[in-house]
Amino acid sequence: MSNDNGVLVKVNNVEKVFRRGSEEIHVLTGLSLEVPSGDFLALMGPSGSGKSTLLNLIGGLDRPTAGSVSIGGERIDQMGDRALAAWRARHVGLVFQFYNLLPVLTAERNVELPLLLTHLSKADRRKHVEAALNVVGLSHRTKHYPRTLSGGEQQRVGIARAIVTDPTILLCDEPTGDLDRKSGDEILSLLQALNREHGKTIVMVTHDPHASGRAKRTVYLDKGRLSSMKPE
Amino acid sequence: MTSPINWISQILCVTAFNLRTLPARKGAAASAAIGIAGVVAVFVGVLSIAEGFRKAMTASGSPDTAIVLRSGSNTEMTSGFSRDETRLIADAPGLARSADGALASAELFVIINLPKRFTGTDANVPLRGLDWTAFDVRKDLKIAQGRRFERGRNEIVVGAGAAREFAGLDIGKKVRVGRNDWEVVGVFTSSGGIAESEIWADATVLQSAYQRGASWQSVYARLTSAEAFQEFKDSLTTNPQLNVKVVRQTDYYAEQSTQMTRLIQTLGYAIAALMGLGAVFGALNTMYSAVSARTREIATLRALGFGAGPVVFSLLIESLALALAGGVAGAAAAYFAFDGFSAATMNWQSFSQVAFAFTVTPRLLIQAIICSMVIGLIGGLFPAIRAARLPISAGLREV
Repeated sequence: MSNDNGVLVKVNNVEKVFRRGSEEIHVLTGLSLEVPSGDFLALMGPSGSGKSTLLNLIGGLDRPTAGSVSIGGERIDQMGDRALAAWRARHVGLVFQFYNLLPVLTAERNVELPLLLTHLSKADRRKHVEAALNVVGLSHRTKHYPRTLSGGEQQRVGIARAIVTDPTILLCDEPTGDLDRKSGDEILSLLQALNREHGKTIVMVTHDPHASGRAKRTVYLDKGRLSSMKPE
Repeated sequence: MTSPINWISQILCVTAFNLRTLPARKGAAASAAIGIAGVVAVFVGVLSIAEGFRKAMTASGSPDTAIVLRSGSNTEMTSGFSRDETRLIADAPGLARSADGALASAELFVIINLPKRFTGTDANVPLRGLDWTAFDVRKDLKIAQGRRFERGRNEIVVGAGAAREFAGLDIGKKVRVGRNDWEVVGVFTSSGGIAESEIWADATVLQSAYQRGASWQSVYARLTSAEAFQEFKDSLTTNPQLNVKVVRQTDYYAEQSTQMTRLIQTLGYAIAALMGLGAVFGALNTMYSAVSARTREIATLRALGFGAGPVVFSLLIESLALALAGGVAGAAAAYFAFDGFSAATMNWQSFSQVAFAFTVTPRLLIQAIICSMVIGLIGGLFPAIRAARLPISAGLREV
């Protein structure tokens, strides 16, 4: 799902302004970015630089104040709420810093959640869930609740949930931010494998240079603008 | 475009998730449900008084029985007939007849004071003077204990409701009325109707005791059929020798019960509305807490592609489920606590006490459940809308 020249994500001259009372906070100012299909892009920058905001715009979780966001040639900034929700369900896999698993559901039920938005039968959903948990190496923990899993295992469940619908793009917001180095490395290896072996396009927000080093390329955000060079 | 089936499956999924988080919030959820149960119990309790009073006033009414009063009188208290007038009434067409003659009972109505059995306070009790014909005029009347009074003697039979509510009305006991003692010789029932609140005596003895001479206040007339009423009424109201008002017994009792029933219903609705307002705030608090505690989970579901609509609906379903649980519990509690509970209150039209039983009807229970659902709906709606409107990106940052 990319356009003719292989660009999957096209963010064009985007501005994002948040209002706090009468104050306007310009988070992104005329930012443009292209992500080719099959890329593994790390977004780095200091706190408040707009990394997560940019990720939210690419994932259709928020809308730009100005500019456009196209994914696979579709202008998602112009979609209505219901269409955007359906688009997210079809095309986006989300991995969160704090995993965002539902505590009352087992690992397999958490992974199954995005499939409930499809027309797959129960049997087909089970096959997809097994396959996703197998990819992340957790096929032996399917019946466990999040509270009985380690941080690394919970993030694996989160990744399994993100890939279970075979989305067009994986968006990861600080996926190793809550993990120790060893578990973080395992998660990064998993993301690398998904990119290399399964061809997943990944955009990852991170503070960690070690994590960004596992990506194919890194771009830096500072004061709402992009740079290929780390800011001083 | 989301299909309806997909939309419903989203609602079911989010609802199941919400309900599974209930045990973690059982304290707040239980307090909201109990609050609603309290409203429903009071609502049912108060309205069961009105229902019981209305039932007592109308239960013994029969469409083929007419009551004749002096024109301009709304109650027996203000009516009056001479012997000749009662005879003319008994000769009217449309009256049912037995071997003893027309089924028309000329009756006397006085109010006496008796202490209430449970409080000891004096209350007005209707004492009716009548002839044995009255037992045939009222179809549903039965002597449950003892016997009828004997003609010409200071004997009384008492309604089951009066016997229950007022002291000294047990069979064999004597009641002081005026300057005479009257012996209780029987207890009668009348399908729980207003007659059960009365005491009956021989009219001629009562006339003498109260120095009424040969006067009566009303004539109860059993008709050949309900359809014979108009003929009966027309013949009396067009008779130049009479100046009367003729009403069906059912209409008479219904009119008598209207004022008190409306008063109790108004009070019931007002109390329920005030309590309901409190319960709405309780439900709002519970649901706002529920939404607040699950902000990140709800945002996560929406980020995964679940729509805002299913989120709103599922939270409403949760709120309605809590309200339904409270409503059913409150209705059940009210039913077991109030249904059949005996009481007596003043009938302001006759200035006498009416004994009745609180009556919890299916209609009342359905009204109560609907009331609880309305509370649940209002209590859930605003928190649900808040949950759906919260920006996903902001919700995901909640800890």
